[in-house]
Amino acid sequence: MSAAAVLAESLERAAAQSRPVYQLRRVDKVYTARNVHALDSVDLTLEHGSFSAVIGSSGCGKSTLLKIMSGLEPPTKGSVMLQGRPVTGPRRDIGMMFQQATLLPWKTALQNIVLPIAIRDGKAAAKAKEREALELLELVGLKGFEHVFPGELSGGMAQRASICRMLITEPAVLLLDEPFSALDELTREFMNMELQRICASRDATAFLVTHSIQEAVILSDVVYVMKPRPGRIVEAVTIDLPRPRTLDMMTTPEFASIVRRIRGRLDVEAFL
Amino acid sequence: MSATEAVAHARRADEVDAPDTVWVEHTAWIDRVPRAISMIVLFVGFVVVWQCVSWLGVVSPIILPTPGEVARDLTVVGQNLITGGYMLTALWITTLEVIYGFAIAFAIGFSLGVLVGETNFGERAVMPYLVAIDTMPKIAFAPLFIAWLGFGIESKVALAAFIATFPIVVGTAAGLHAADANQRLLFKTMGASRWQTLMQLKLPAGLPHLFTGLKIASVGVMAGAITGEFLGGGKGFGEQIRVAAAQLNTPRVFSLILYLSLLGLAIFMFISWLQRRLVFWHKSTVTGA
Repeated sequence: MSAAAVLAESLERAAAQSRPVYQLRRVDKVYTARNVHALDSVDLTLEHGSFSAVIGSSGCGKSTLLKIMSGLEPPTKGSVMLQGRPVTGPRRDIGMMFQQATLLPWKTALQNIVLPIAIRDGKAAAKAKEREALELLELVGLKGFEHVFPGELSGGMAQRASICRMLITEPAVLLLDEPFSALDELTREFMNMELQRICASRDATAFLVTHSIQEAVILSDVVYVMKPRPGRIVEAVTIDLPRPRTLDMMTTPEFASIVRRIRGRLDVEAFL
Repeated sequence: MSATEAVAHARRADEVDAPDTVWVEHTAWIDRVPRAISMIVLFVGFVVVWQCVSWLGVVSPIILPTPGEVARDLTVVGQNLITGGYMLTALWITTLEVIYGFAIAFAIGFSLGVLVGETNFGERAVMPYLVAIDTMPKIAFAPLFIAWLGFGIESKVALAAFIATFPIVVGTAAGLHAADANQRLLFKTMGASRWQTLMQLKLPAGLPHLFTGLKIASVGVMAGAITGEFLGGGKGFGEQIRVAAAQLNTPRVFSLILYLSLLGLAIFMFISWLQRRLVFWHKSTVTGA
């Protein structure tokens, strides 16, 4: 079977499931000024309640893909549809999380969490959402920290607060840009399990950008493997490990074989 | 080995093999002296050296009065100030010049700073002119201000404001660039307008820089007011200093400068207090930088 056929089949399998929340069709991005073909005909479908990850070496177009999906940059060509409407800019039904927690140090945890509401709907609306924000704090295990300033939070706690800030607008899709890569390994593994729990409890649709194959596999239902020059998806790997996933699964032969398969797909050209 | 044996063994080993720690951190004795005592000792030492210089007659008493003379004059001027004499009037005039000058400098400096920091036009077209003016010795403008605004308080306020404006421009403009890339990205993804980004991100994030500018300006505004009074007369504290110096009343000059420094200190402390209130979240506030 040719590579294209494998890709087509795996995409089909991914698309055959339930209802799509986010759909990218034949998305191209060319930076003419630098003459870079960042994305080449990217197809991507995020099902409701699914967790997907994209993995690839630096410069494979992951960041560009995320910028387009978050409405920060337009594609050169192709259709980008979230909940049936084209994405033409930042939207409140898109939740984002960055490598850094990026909390405003002059606002308390609670004020930081309702910031997206304050920006979009004003102070009164933000005030009205505080109750929900407190519930979110409890969900992420930060109960009692609502009046603490970010300077007093550890890296992991700050990222928990930023999860709350992402969830407060009840977004249809969560875009996670290497969310825990600034944390130490132990905290990171733990936070990944927390992320799984939180996503499951909210029935969230999530899309993770990461450098770590293990992280992608342990969290995801589908892992998209990207390659650079031009940036493209070469395979959508469906992960059949049962849910909820546990850290122990990382030592199973099934997990190892999936990781090996993805690494194999990456290695061929990634380091040329 | 049983558990009790192990414990006994450990205890014995502890007694025999582990002597008290002999390696302790050493702090120089001068760093262990309480701050207040260090400061008092320094002050006393300074006065003693000063007194010795006077006794030995190295310097003429007209050039350098003794500490005693200065202390006597400090009480004379102090009494005048407390009883609401002409010294208090003079100090009040200078204080007003400083306050007005600072307020004007803040209004103009902050506006220009936002223009320069927030717009391309400001950064590319306005900033070069500001830099050019800033490199000029601003005190040289004093005769112009006197010619334009007369010998009253206005010319002093103008000079004070003129000197104090530039640090505030620079502080504000630099502050508007202080928000990091992630924070800007966050505001973009939240769909924040330019105004919202300015008010809720860039200005708060820039406060540490703004306060640095304000502190530099607070020094300049005093210098401007006093220079204006030296050159343009009037009834302020600078004029009192000039008159005393002209009469070779050096102890008076010293004591007036000391009282003037209290005014400068008050302004500086007010700004520091404001900074602690508003920028409590930034490390510069903790270290007092």
